[in-house]
Amino acid sequence: MPSLLNPSRPPVFCPGCSHERSLHALDKAFQRLHRQPHEVVIVSDIGCSGLFDVFFATHAFHGLHGRALTYATGIKLAQPHATVVAVMGDGGVGIGGAHVLAACRRNLDLTLLVLNNFNFGMTGGQASCTTPQDAHTGSAFLNTLETPLDVCRTVAAAGAPFVVRRSVYSQDLVEKLLEALRYPGFAVVDIWGLCPGRYLKANPISPKDMDGMVARAGVWDGVVAGNERREYGSAYAEHRGHAPFVEDWKGIEAQGRANLVGRHGTLFLGAAGERVLSAGNLWAMAAVRAGLHVTQKSDYNITVMRGPSIAEVLLSSDPIDYPGIEEPDAVVVLAREGVERMAQIWNRLSERTLVIQAADVPVPKHAGRTLMVDFKALDIARKNRAMASLGMLARWTGIFSIEDLVQAAAATLAPSQRDGALQLLRQGAAVPGPGSPRK
Amino acid sequence: MDGNEAVVQGAVYAGCRFFAGYPITPASTILSGMLNVLPPLGGIVLQAEDEMASIGACLGASMAGLKAMTATSGPGLSLYSENISFAVGSEIPLVIVHVMRQGPSTGAATRGADGDVHFMRWGHSGGLPVVVLAPTGPADCFTLTVHAFNLAERLRCPVFVASSKDIAMTRETVDMERVEKPPVVDRKTHAKGPFLPFEAGPSGVPAFLPIGGPVPVRQTSSMHGPDGYITTNPEVIQSLVERLQYKVESQIDTFSFYDWDPQPGASMLLVAYGITARSAREAVLRLRARGHGVSFLVLKTLWPVPEKVLLSAAEAVHKVMVVEANLGQYVHEVRRVVCPKPVHFFGLMCGRMMTPEEIVQEVIRAQSS
Ligand code: SF4
Repeated sequence: MPSLLNPSRPPVFCPGCSHERSLHALDKAFQRLHRQPHEVVIVSDIGCSGLFDVFFATHAFHGLHGRALTYATGIKLAQPHATVVAVMGDGGVGIGGAHVLAACRRNLDLTLLVLNNFNFGMTGGQASCTTPQDAHTGSAFLNTLETPLDVCRTVAAAGAPFVVRRSVYSQDLVEKLLEALRYPGFAVVDIWGLCPGRYLKANPISPKDMDGMVARAGVWDGVVAGNERREYGSAYAEHRGHAPFVEDWKGIEAQGRANLVGRHGTLFLGAAGERVLSAGNLWAMAAVRAGLHVTQKSDYNITVMRGPSIAEVLLSSDPIDYPGIEEPDAVVVLAREGVERMAQIWNRLSERTLVIQAADVPVPKHAGRTLMVDFKALDIARKNRAMASLGMLARWTGIFSIEDLVQAAAATLAPSQRDGALQLLRQGAAVPGPGSPRK
Repeated sequence: MDGNEAVVQGAVYAGCRFFAGYPITPASTILSGMLNVLPPLGGIVLQAEDEMASIGACLGASMAGLKAMTATSGPGLSLYSENISFAVGSEIPLVIVHVMRQGPSTGAATRGADGDVHFMRWGHSGGLPVVVLAPTGPADCFTLTVHAFNLAERLRCPVFVASSKDIAMTRETVDMERVEKPPVVDRKTHAKGPFLPFEAGPSGVPAFLPIGGPVPVRQTSSMHGPDGYITTNPEVIQSLVERLQYKVESQIDTFSFYDWDPQPGASMLLVAYGITARSAREAVLRLRARGHGVSFLVLKTLWPVPEKVLLSAAEAVHKVMVVEANLGQYVHEVRRVVCPKPVHFFGLMCGRMMTPEEIVQEVIRAQSS
């Protein structure tokens, strides 16, 4: 097979730079694999190693520092048949560490070449995440304070199933690259090399020393016991095009049976775990089925199981522009947390406002007419209060008949909740009416 | 449905087949929605390790031939920045749904605001233009997401859908039969002859071939000539950046989306966008009912600035008022365009929507000032 190197762009690394040896080794591996230029994608990032893509006549994707694996992931998922090789320096491994770890865990069929020369060559020989502590670098004493990262141990610990470490002078480098390219999963090749342009000046190392350094750090030969498993792309393919399309985008046919002209805004003030949002949703669904326009806003703490839970449901016979509730027509008071969160609403109530209030939850003074409900006496648990309050709301606002509400619940709720909910709605509807406005 | 669901439906309609995201409130339900719909359609959804990886994977997949989308909120957009300029400079089509939340920084995760209007336009290195479309509710989310894909493919640039928490997470009734469904536009592929990846005709937009396809394609984040190789030639660089600007800005009349509700004889123009436009519309009805003359413009294209639309809407009035869910951002563009007409501003960024009555009071105050 002919070389995949770019005839119009010969390499321009410093004389003696290890990157050039890696370049030719990779080309030889491509040739032995019988790859055509269009079958290969070289994804590179920043620094001298980032020049790699230019010197190949293949597909090339040159991106930002440390991000090569992210682009490679998108390319490989979109073009599963391509041979995708990401090339990074030790700088890229440092800045893109999270991407390296994620690629190890994911096990998509990519090959990562780490051109490891222990420094940032292009920007002045500063220390990188792999610089030995005793090295002299452009970062003054800073590298003496930090422990270098062992790329191979790190990626193996993160789940990489195929890990190789070699000196760039190693006799079997081409063979090892070939194995990595052939490996059906995420393969990492940590190639230790020299940077005569920067690093070598203050840290004289011979090619022989390099072999010794690799030997001391530990040679890695390929398959990592215990990390071999299903390749991500082929596992993904099983889910593509096969799972049923779960979204129901058909919508709901309006049936037109609500008793409402204009707007009606209800606030449900409760606490997490009381199924406040579900109740708000059912109230909204009853309205949708009855042909009304509806908006529903929810407010809950980021601590899912604790704190306030509030639903604002606005029903209207006309299209709704502003989806907020300026003056509520009904307030359902279920828990102290919700009352505290909406402290600013009480002076906006008028005597037309229906307040359905749990007897054990105090509220500030207001002008609304109150339906005081002793849920304990009715033997209704906290998590059922919201649902039961819909029965009261339907009966005392008159917007829906209890039967319509029950039908909406039967059509909307999961079978496991249905019977209990229907009973609660009826129980709520039986609660006697509100008193006159408070003085 | 809510705004995020509408975005998902719009994306599927537009042919999106790759989505990568990282969970963040209030954008997360776009990720879960895409997970429900794309794999069954043969598409791919990736929950990436972070935001850089999300947008990076989208850039790779987009250049490998798939229509790609990502979604995030303020803190995530900050992390997208480097790759947004990559997408601008390397002409990579991408739809970014930015579900804004109240900032700065991590701000309030479950509260809305429109505080990133300039951030979307200018929050990447180089300062070249992007397209930003601003929905006011779920129906717009659907339509503008389709437009966003069409524009991304047509102009080869990142296109934002600038949603916000109150649009994304407020469920409301939508009559899908009446929602505008624009025809879907696909990318223009290179037909014949030798392929130079960044050679553009008079439109300023180069034709595509996919990375990984039968012809080797070069893509680079660095300054490049038409052949995709790094260059330091000042003339090549200048003509590239001018083309990147021209190809987006010269087309603005073809995607200046807006709602225009003029009132004959009105002395004031009210300008709004996003969720605030919903409060403003209600305010306009009340103002008119109380005898105040107000014309009303809702901008749905924010960037590039639809200057013609603004100028013609402001033509007959003496004063302009801009309302925004921030401390004053887009108002500077309106001032620039309608200069020397006086432009008043009212803004809130406290995490709740402006009420119609607040706008009514501000308009009356501005009218009498
Ligand atoms: S600076 Fe170092 S890494 Fe860069 S080309 Fe020169 S020798 Fe190679």
